[in-house]
Amino acid sequence: MKLWNFHGGLRLDGHKQDSTQLPPRTAALPARLVYPLPQRGGVLAQAQVAIGERVLKNQVIARDPLDQQPPLHAASSGFVVAIEALPLPHPSGLSDLCLVIETDGADEALACSGVEDFRQHPPAALRRLIHEAGIVGLGGAAFPTARKIAPGSRPIDTLILNGAECEPYITCDDSLLRHHAAAVLAGGAILRHILGAGRVWLAVENERTEALAALRSAQAGGTGDIEIVPVPTLYPTGGEKQLIQVLTGREVPNHGLPADIGVACLNVGTAAAVYRAVVHGQPLIERIVTVTGRGVREPRNFLARIGTPIADLIGQAGGYTEAAERLILGGPMMGHALPRDDLPLVKAANCLLIAGRGEFLAETRALPCIRCGACAEVCPIHLLPQQLYWYSRSGQLERAADHQLSACIECGCCDVACPSRIPLVQHFRAAKGLAAAKQREREHADHARQRHEARAARKAEEQRERAAAAQRRKANLDKAAAVKEALARAKQKRATKAPTPSPEPHPADSEASEP
Amino acid sequence: MRFATPPSPYLAPARHTPRIMAEVSLALVPGLAALVVQFGPGVLIQCLVALVAALLAEAAALRLRGRPSAATLWDGSAALTAVLLAVSLPPLAPVWVAGFGAVFAILVGKQLYGGLGHNPFNPAMVGYAVLLVSFPKPMTAWLAPLDLSAAPLGFAETWNAIFQRELPEGLGFDALTLATPLDSLKNPSASAAIPSVGAGWAWVNSGFLLGGLWLLGRKLIDWRIPVGFLGALSACALMAFLWDAAHPPTPLFHLFGGATMLGAFFIATDPVTAATTPKGRWIHGAGCGALVFAIRAYGGYPDGVAFAVLLMNLAAPTLDHYTRPRVYGT
Ligand code: SF4
Ligand code: SF4
Repeated sequence: MKLWNFHGGLRLDGHKQDSTQLPPRTAALPARLVYPLPQRGGVLAQAQVAIGERVLKNQVIARDPLDQQPPLHAASSGFVVAIEALPLPHPSGLSDLCLVIETDGADEALACSGVEDFRQHPPAALRRLIHEAGIVGLGGAAFPTARKIAPGSRPIDTLILNGAECEPYITCDDSLLRHHAAAVLAGGAILRHILGAGRVWLAVENERTEALAALRSAQAGGTGDIEIVPVPTLYPTGGEKQLIQVLTGREVPNHGLPADIGVACLNVGTAAAVYRAVVHGQPLIERIVTVTGRGVREPRNFLARIGTPIADLIGQAGGYTEAAERLILGGPMMGHALPRDDLPLVKAANCLLIAGRGEFLAETRALPCIRCGACAEVCPIHLLPQQLYWYSRSGQLERAADHQLSACIECGCCDVACPSRIPLVQHFRAAKGLAAAKQREREHADHARQRHEARAARKAEEQRERAAAAQRRKANLDKAAAVKEALARAKQKRATKAPTPSPEPHPADSEASEP
Repeated sequence: MRFATPPSPYLAPARHTPRIMAEVSLALVPGLAALVVQFGPGVLIQCLVALVAALLAEAAALRLRGRPSAATLWDGSAALTAVLLAVSLPPLAPVWVAGFGAVFAILVGKQLYGGLGHNPFNPAMVGYAVLLVSFPKPMTAWLAPLDLSAAPLGFAETWNAIFQRELPEGLGFDALTLATPLDSLKNPSASAAIPSVGAGWAWVNSGFLLGGLWLLGRKLIDWRIPVGFLGALSACALMAFLWDAAHPPTPLFHLFGGATMLGAFFIATDPVTAATTPKGRWIHGAGCGALVFAIRAYGGYPDGVAFAVLLMNLAAPTLDHYTRPRVYGT
């Protein structure tokens, strides 16, 4: 099959073998499970259970009141012991409402059953089922899957299952493909049915030979209509836009969605979760997560329950080494450093990277930009980072926007290529934040102006109405006066002429003429 | 456990700017060696003078601007500017020429614009151009290559010549120096001397070419600029040669004479002052090459590299603006 290239990219040392030496393991049931209630997009899910209530595994414990985000399910049985502000897995270290379950060890589950033959069910019903199963994208962005596979502006002709895990160190998708290839393929078949996609491609980095072999042998047992495509090992091939470009040669329009070019791209972990939800009725209560880096003794992959405290998992990976220095959620290119380890594992958490001293760059002072262009050479979006840096640093947001700052995917390639060690991405994030704030302000101002204009228009209208009314009144008065005058004139005429009886004598007239 | 939370990405960059400067300086060694072999130790003394002057000027400027000096002073950029200027100077030029040139290059060519990365013009070429305009006589008095020179000077004699303007008994500056072969382009009657006189320069250019190829191999410079430069220069020279073959110079003479290779690989490629987009770099390189030919053939100065590069520096922002690559998805 023909593959295309994207501009730039980096060949990085993958460090994938670090966490795949040891076989994956199912993480032990923790004493507490913690579920942050803030959801993607800033909505707060509402607890569906009360403090003190016993919950069962698979039970819905919280729901987005707007139903935009899928519900949260308990990963084991136990008692709800708190709904309180706890630190969230975020670099800011901010706290927000979390629901805490103390597990009781029984691991008693709600019975769940899937559908017999998904082909007998309409896509809408399956989407609903996927939504109710709490499934979000497991590649790291946690976008609700049911919304991603909802019918869009044009039909989907191509479904891409993304197994090109290009960030160094992360191997959770690799582990999934090695050990659960059949589930991924089965999930792909279901997604294809829902989307009505003509073709399905499953992309895996060509260096993941075990995963490719596992997929091929799983395929030998059926579901042969999914094409397995080895793609070059080049960061960021696993980025949605890059992978689509590599496979189809098409570009997702700037500010557009893959659906706009007839493509749907889902992570392989998401496909496996869809399979379990549809065929077995299992909600998303666990995921594979990589625990790796020089700061942890036994790097490996875990099948861990969502809500498990991060410190628990690190403990099960042999604990910290003396060198442990940094805790990163995600990979070294796009991950976020966490300030502490008493934080829960969320659905989006694909990797816990515990960096050892000297493993990564210490924070250094940036040197001036020498315009060497190394950043532009590696940018997969074909931006000019050095110009963006210049504009965003000097606050020229319009020029930065003109250079398509908003198209930056924050992949970090430019940063790593920059010999002056300028934290470019940091500047871009800041500038984007600023631009967004400005935009909101502008919208705010627009709203205010519109409100003001509407009020002014209303007032003007009222005034016009009033003026018109006054005029009408005046006109009426004038008419009345004219009538009166005419009457008076007629009376006068009558008085001068011989009195003739009126055909219909007015009572007043007759009264007046009576004496 | 508590951890620091710096923003991603966390991977260490492959290269570091001071190291790039050091490697570019290292790449000058073959050319420098050829210069020493052909023209004697004066070249090294000029380098030394320029280095000292440039670093002193940089330190003074950083102090005046209240900038932290240690890291910037040793980032290698001032040293590289000094060496690029020094190898362009006549080897016996009096000490104040290199000193003044280096100080001017750093203070006016670089620091006045805000230091490394902010200068629109290549500082070494700013220094060179100012020297050439202000002091044309010492700037155009090149030593004859050693194999043509009757009595090559030793290190001590050269030192005295540069610092004290003293020459050994019986020698005069006029006897030692010679206009560069490029001068003969302006003076057709001397053209008979070209092939032999050009020989020393061919060695020097080969040295810079060697260093330049190494830089290309290490991907420290963008290949488009030297290829554009040499391509355009060859094309112009070839056309002129075909037009009037009776009168050399040949294209080879253009390529291996004067500062051609130094300009193509070390000066026009200065990232700070060159165009940055791929297409822009093509045009930038080709523009430099064409201008070098034009100035050599029709201009008032023997070699055009400095002015050609400075002129293209002037055009670089415009080139960048009109050669922006198409962004993904637009
Ligand atoms: S890589 Fe760094 S130094 Fe080079 S142009 Fe980009 S920002 Fe400037
Ligand atoms: S972070 Fe943005 S600007 Fe930098 S390489 Fe990636 S897409 Fe390009």
